[in-house]
Amino acid sequence: MDFSFTEEQTLLRNSVQKYLADNYTFEHFKKISRCEPGYSQKDWKQFAELGLMAAPLPEAYGGLGGGPVDTMVVMEEFGKALVVEPYVSTVVVGGGFFNHGSTDAQKEEWLNKIAAGETIIAFAFAEPQGRYNFADLTTTAKKDGSGYTISGQKAVVLGAPWADALIVTARTAGGQRDAKGVSVFVVDKKAKGVATRDYPTIDGLHASEVTFENAPATLIGTADDGLKLIEQVTDEAIAAHASEAVGAMKVLLNATVEYSKTRKQFGVPIGKFQVLQHRMVDMFMNTEQSASITYMVTLKLGENEVERKKAASAAKVQIGKAGRFLGQWAVQIHGGMGMTDELNVGHYFKRLTMLDTLYGNVDHHLKRYAELG
Amino acid sequence: MDVTFTPEEEKFRKEVQDFLAENLPKLGKTSRRDFETKEDFLGWHRILAKKGWAAPHWPVQYGGTGWNVTQRYIYNEESARAEAPALLPFGLTMVAPVIYTFGNEEQKKKFLPRILSGEDWWCQGYSEPGAGSDLASLKTKAVREGDHYIVNGQKTWTTLAQFADWIFCLVRTDPNAKQQEGITFLLIDMKTPGITVKPIIVLDGAHEVNEVFFDNVKVPVENRVGEENKGWTYAKFLLVNERSGIAGVARSKKAIERLKEIGRAEMIDGKPLISTDDFSRKIAETEVELNALEYTELRTLAQESKGQMAGPESSILKIKGTEIQQRITELTVEAIGYYAYPYDRFFGDNEYAPGPDYATGQAGHYFNMRKVSIFGGSNEIQRGIIAKAVLGL
Repeated sequence: MDFSFTEEQTLLRNSVQKYLADNYTFEHFKKISRCEPGYSQKDWKQFAELGLMAAPLPEAYGGLGGGPVDTMVVMEEFGKALVVEPYVSTVVVGGGFFNHGSTDAQKEEWLNKIAAGETIIAFAFAEPQGRYNFADLTTTAKKDGSGYTISGQKAVVLGAPWADALIVTARTAGGQRDAKGVSVFVVDKKAKGVATRDYPTIDGLHASEVTFENAPATLIGTADDGLKLIEQVTDEAIAAHASEAVGAMKVLLNATVEYSKTRKQFGVPIGKFQVLQHRMVDMFMNTEQSASITYMVTLKLGENEVERKKAASAAKVQIGKAGRFLGQWAVQIHGGMGMTDELNVGHYFKRLTMLDTLYGNVDHHLKRYAELG
Repeated sequence: MDVTFTPEEEKFRKEVQDFLAENLPKLGKTSRRDFETKEDFLGWHRILAKKGWAAPHWPVQYGGTGWNVTQRYIYNEESARAEAPALLPFGLTMVAPVIYTFGNEEQKKKFLPRILSGEDWWCQGYSEPGAGSDLASLKTKAVREGDHYIVNGQKTWTTLAQFADWIFCLVRTDPNAKQQEGITFLLIDMKTPGITVKPIIVLDGAHEVNEVFFDNVKVPVENRVGEENKGWTYAKFLLVNERSGIAGVARSKKAIERLKEIGRAEMIDGKPLISTDDFSRKIAETEVELNALEYTELRTLAQESKGQMAGPESSILKIKGTEIQQRITELTVEAIGYYAYPYDRFFGDNEYAPGPDYATGQAGHYFNMRKVSIFGGSNEIQRGIIAKAVLGL
């Protein structure tokens, strides 16, 4: 039994930590997320130079041959700094689809670019009626010569305003919610027939509503059989975001404990009040449990399908509940200050709240977990 | 024991319903986002003032309606059901009762009619950077110089001070007395030289609160309510008034109705979200709590109608009322799924945000509503009051 990191992983953490401490302050986050284009191209380049994009990808395609633990290390630090750059959608989701599902030629074409930080990918899967069901699709793809054309509408595509390519789920056969008949495509965002409406999200990211009208698309993996691949890749993304959430929770816990030691009311630091002490102990326990389940899901991503799915859903449930608890109580204990845009606390609360929604909330994953037996 | 309404009370309900049906459409503004300017907030106030209904809780001689407790309950319930805008409490519910209870005749004559008509906008100068839950530790000081006080210091979390004509302030007039004993209640004209208002943006992006700075602000002694150094008594009186309005039962009922509508419109695997056990039980749980709170409030009102002042147990109304309000906003965000993401303030007045109309602004509202368990005496303070004053701990 060993939960220690390798020397490479420790070096990776140190270099991310150092870069973010020097360059990615809370003020920097506010500035870049609120000005065009909404993220920092400079930071994106630097992340690539630090090898963060290459870290989890295979060596054969420009990667460093790491894996989910490397992603976990990077994402916890990103969570602590409220990083807005589309790392997960590009490296974990984009990289995941090509790595697990695509032909060697596609791997050659895409993974090298991803590893070098030369492309941004967004994942267009949600639809207005579909909620958290990846198979509930009205977007359709039709065979067209050697490729496909896609038509339909995708909702809240995170990172899409900056993306070069979109990975799009669409129905190629079967009824609207059938498991069979779901396929995955890559679409050039500049292609004819792709229209976007871009906007900021409440947690400081950017997203688009994307409409496809006979847009040219290239298949990833096997036609009609994409659901398994989607679940595998999104379970990996869930693990990455779990780690991001843990990073955010750690910041909220520390900020709250420190505040309670300095903020005086009734002549004593408010941290002396037992009711607040116990609440902060609960925040601590929630954070530790979340860190533990993040280890679990990260280590189980390579196991059989049922084990992997259960671990991912377990993580979503734990992280969703803990994120809400941490966010709400961090604000409450900070009082009015916690309500302000000026202090970082509210921003972590918002990020954690939205992370509960992403890829399905607590209810969705409790049900998925229970159904897996 | 009887909770049915008499035929006269039902007649009154009809009168209120008719009035609302006739007048609310004149406003043309209903959604939360529509409330940005001073006029947005005052529109409904002016209509009610014309009708004579702006301040049902005031004594008749100053412009109250003379309604009994049941009529006021009916009026509040119908207003909430029709989604009439809530009137701002700072003038009508907070400072006015202090003025007509503790103020002198001149103050009553000068201020009450202008509060009633909406001519004067009031804000509350209570909290300070170092005095939140521990309000009595406030430091803003007022020094008597002839027939004026000179005020120096800072207030914070001052709601909508950017529009205010007047601020009612707690200031320290005797720095040597025990904390609660050296405080005075002053009414200050916001146009007085030396007052600066600085916005505080809150986490949903709204400019709702402010810092207010006082730099050698001259306040005539005639603007002091009651006696010097007795301000804490008036402040406490006001806080109890603030608390009894905060349960918001009727508005929460309406919000649950809205939540159910969203639950019927949102789909999960082709079926309405509300048809799932997970979601419908969460709504039911919240509704059960609200039922209990409604009867807790009715018991308080019944006591009040017998002339007994609401006691410290009325802190229940604040705690449970705000917890229920927060729970409803939380469930609403759960209900709308991915359309919680778009930042509503980015979109212009004539532009629709992505997603269904009912989703717009809901996440922001959830974040914004975290304030209700903090302000008006935090829920921790309220629990402390019950522990001490009710349970004798």
